[in-house]
Amino acid sequence: MPDDLQLNQEGKLRHFLTIEGLDKSLLTEILDMAESFVGMSGQKVKKVPLLRGKTIVNLFFENSTRTRTTFELAAKRLSADVLSMSIATSSTSKGESLLDTIRNLQAMHVDMFVVRHAVSGAAHFIAQHTAPHISVINAGDGQHAHPTQAMLDMFTIRQIKKDFSNLRVAIIGDILHSRVARSQIQALNTLGVAEIRVIAPKTLLPAHVETLGVRVFHNLTEGLKDMDVIAMLRLQKERMSSALLPSESEYFKCFGLTEDKLKIAKPDAIVMHPGPINRGVEIDSKVADGPQSVILKQVSNGIAIRMAIMAMAMQKQGLA
Amino acid sequence: MTLNYLQIPDLLNNLEAALRRSIVERKLTSPLMIGIRTGGVWIAEHMHQRLNIEEALGLLDISFYRDDFSRIGVNPNVKPSQLPPNIEGRDIILIDDVFYTGRTIRAALNEIFDYGRPKQVVLAVLIKRDGKQIPINPDCAGASIILNADQRLKLTGPEPLTIELQTIEVAA
Repeated sequence: MPDDLQLNQEGKLRHFLTIEGLDKSLLTEILDMAESFVGMSGQKVKKVPLLRGKTIVNLFFENSTRTRTTFELAAKRLSADVLSMSIATSSTSKGESLLDTIRNLQAMHVDMFVVRHAVSGAAHFIAQHTAPHISVINAGDGQHAHPTQAMLDMFTIRQIKKDFSNLRVAIIGDILHSRVARSQIQALNTLGVAEIRVIAPKTLLPAHVETLGVRVFHNLTEGLKDMDVIAMLRLQKERMSSALLPSESEYFKCFGLTEDKLKIAKPDAIVMHPGPINRGVEIDSKVADGPQSVILKQVSNGIAIRMAIMAMAMQKQGLA
Repeated sequence: MTLNYLQIPDLLNNLEAALRRSIVERKLTSPLMIGIRTGGVWIAEHMHQRLNIEEALGLLDISFYRDDFSRIGVNPNVKPSQLPPNIEGRDIILIDDVFYTGRTIRAALNEIFDYGRPKQVVLAVLIKRDGKQIPINPDCAGASIILNADQRLKLTGPEPLTIELQTIEVAA
């Protein structure tokens, strides 16, 4: 669902719901701004007063540790007041609808919602129904999008590889259930990488995946050849309603990233994973903790990228 | 229009002399010099060289500390500030190009204090013009001038450094 809802009349960010529809210059602007927030770590007081007096509510209808805490830290480093609510699918347990929850919070003079929800389109729905001065950031909706994760991945790639134009990137694993993969593919295509591959068993690929602008491989050994960036995905067992896989060990044998398999990629290839990792299911511990892994760097970068996105979405607020 | 009576070499000489006096009067010991991006850095580079300061020049980008963020947004070209990790107890010479409302300096001081608590800060500017809005004053200036409300000073550089007087349209 591409939408202009995300941008104001001047083409500036208002909500951040999906990568779709955002152009290369805007994505680059986000990455550049995040860069200056990384530099802030030298300060004794790791805070800037950009969002002083603003109130941000993290609305997590689905469990998350990393994303929620990095959003919270990012908001605090921008000097905003933050309230984190873990509603874990039970906002409706007392019979209150999503819209009523939002309206109630809105009545408390909130300036921004950071939303995670198990239903695709939830953040989008909230953005459509909130007061015009409120910004909405999508922190993951169903199987649709996880745009801040994709941006922190892009940031990590740029930090190490400098330039996107010659890069070959493989996304490996449970593409079917992955909102991360969808957002990554859109961001990589917008930033103009040389090639994107998806490597997965047929049962874990959405229909017509090649129309997203990727090459499809069902064999890890073939797919890893010449890759600069390897983006692993978590096997989302909780979302699997039918028997899509024979067993975890069988999956590991065919699609798990081991040291031997990693040697097939370029020698300076980096290994990414959005977390949480299933050791021994999609990735071997030796690779996850090895020298080519940038998994913890991704986590640190998550704070800077979320600061950049929140600051950009809040600018010029109140004059719109 | 060029300001004939404001010659860059004269302004730099005046500022250097004023700074030398301040260093003695305020008893600055191995001061850290910091320039405010962008114009202030150009001026600071000259002073840094003229005063033979060995320690690298500190660079300050105040974009994240401005008080008009909710009106004009963040400058997309913001660059990380480069200050030494240890500002605690230091003597600092803070340099900007034009002192006008004082708001830039307010933002700069807030940012510096987020890096540590300096012993003292001396503010030096190439030109001080009228129109200050908060109680902050430069300690050293290359020149002090009074302009009309619709006039602005525009510095271009770094090589050559030139200063231009522009007339802007004042909103009714």
